[in-house]
Amino acid sequence: MDVVVWSRIQFAMTAAYHWLFVPLTLGLAVVMAVMETLYVVKKDEFWKKAAQFWIKIFAINFAVGIATGIILEFEFGTNWSNYSWFVGDMFGAPLAIEGILAFFMEATFFAVMFFGWNKVSPKFHLASTWLTGIGATISAAFWEVITNPVAVSKFCHSVTSGWVTGGIFVVGVSAWYLLKKRHVEFAKKSMLIGAIVGLVGSGAVMLSGDASGVHAAEFQPMKLAAAEGLRDGGNGAAFTIVPGIQVPHMLSLLATHDWNGYVPGINDILNGYTDNDGNVIPSVEEKMYMGRTALDALAVYRTTDDPALKAEAKALLEANVQYMGYGHLSRPEDVVPPVGIVFWAFRLMIGLGMLIALVLLLCLYALWKDKLGKWNWLLWAAIICIPLVYICGQSGWVVAEVGRQPWTIQGLLPVNVAISSLSAGAVKTTFFLFLGIFALFLAIEIRIMIRAIGKGPDVEPQNS
Amino acid sequence: MSRLVSFFASLYRDGFRNMTWGKPLVWLILLKLIILFGILRVFFFKPAMRGLSDEEKSEKVGAALTQPHNTDTLNLLTD
Repeated sequence: MDVVVWSRIQFAMTAAYHWLFVPLTLGLAVVMAVMETLYVVKKDEFWKKAAQFWIKIFAINFAVGIATGIILEFEFGTNWSNYSWFVGDMFGAPLAIEGILAFFMEATFFAVMFFGWNKVSPKFHLASTWLTGIGATISAAFWEVITNPVAVSKFCHSVTSGWVTGGIFVVGVSAWYLLKKRHVEFAKKSMLIGAIVGLVGSGAVMLSGDASGVHAAEFQPMKLAAAEGLRDGGNGAAFTIVPGIQVPHMLSLLATHDWNGYVPGINDILNGYTDNDGNVIPSVEEKMYMGRTALDALAVYRTTDDPALKAEAKALLEANVQYMGYGHLSRPEDVVPPVGIVFWAFRLMIGLGMLIALVLLLCLYALWKDKLGKWNWLLWAAIICIPLVYICGQSGWVVAEVGRQPWTIQGLLPVNVAISSLSAGAVKTTFFLFLGIFALFLAIEIRIMIRAIGKGPDVEPQNS
Repeated sequence: MSRLVSFFASLYRDGFRNMTWGKPLVWLILLKLIILFGILRVFFFKPAMRGLSDEEKSEKVGAALTQPHNTDTLNLLTD
């Protein structure tokens, strides 16, 4: 395998590892903040103890997850230097702002939240808990999302999927206490808050996922076609639940918000098509020709001293620049991502997401009807949902990142050009180094967390 | 301002002193930061364009953009 493949594998592993910690941080931040709000509003010590327990779990996850995102930034500079230079003006400053703002917010308010129970007023402590959560949320994405509608829906999708993770985690841990008949009152009330946070997250994930689908149809139609395994598109396209089972018109409705909207398939994108606004989209072969024209013009522009020739090259480059990345491809099929992986990862994400939402809903119903004592199967289902929610989140990233291959920047920069000049051996070494370090830290986290959960909610305020 | 700084300093100082179960987490964070910034960053993740001026960076990326690239592994897993 060459340096491009090893760098992709390394980046995928680092990002996947990072995303083991981020969603739980985001979700638990909401759960503990809600509980502490209940403590401040109701002046009930129970909610203080409950919030303290979940803050402890939050702290363990936070400690092991902290700085795992930094490794991605290392990789941008070392492995993906051409990409970083290309987008540096866009993500350099926002990244710095995100790092400084989120770090100082977290460092300041995390200290108050963690150490300040007896040193500041309950309201100040509550504000610190909420601000720690907001700081963690800012850390989850770069600030450019504010100005980019596609990134806004992605950001919301990622953050609210964290609420689902945090919600089902709390519900699952509470279910374990109920099965063991320990901390029953704490477990029931925690389950209630966890289920509500998780269900609100599920609803928001669906809404933001719908927006992401519409954006994918507009800006990354190949990703949508791959996720649907849609070889030949058309008007009133059907949504495939699993191969052989389809819902007529549903894909058109989801992708274009029009019952009969046109959705291009893989072959349409390869051969060219007319979109819903009447724009003629060229075939990939035509785009490759225009891309090569742009690259040739760039080469002339960079080397010539003749002003007339330079001006001509510049005009040619500007006319074809939107397809420049296609000039690096050697065959049209290079723009097709691995369809099988994207197709099944999409179904896994949606299927598990719906299953988790159902379990959360059933937990709320069982709490309301006081059936939890009789429904052990539901308690087990809630526990099993803890690993499932991680598989669900990782599947979502597989859809997003594998589905956009071969591009690091859509249409402009394929992965084989975004890479730095490195040896595959160097990347392979750091890959295995990471694998070892990551596995060790993950094992430590799981051990500390299981011990903390096993001990249960008996956190003393002054004994953190 | 100085009162605020001393408040946070004492918050951290007293907090760390009175820690029980949190202590291994602090050691874990320190160990991780040492590995990240003291070993990985220094020996394995040197920025590819460190030390180059903006013009040199532009030249390097421009050259990379206009030279032919291997496309054999673009979509290694494509079915």
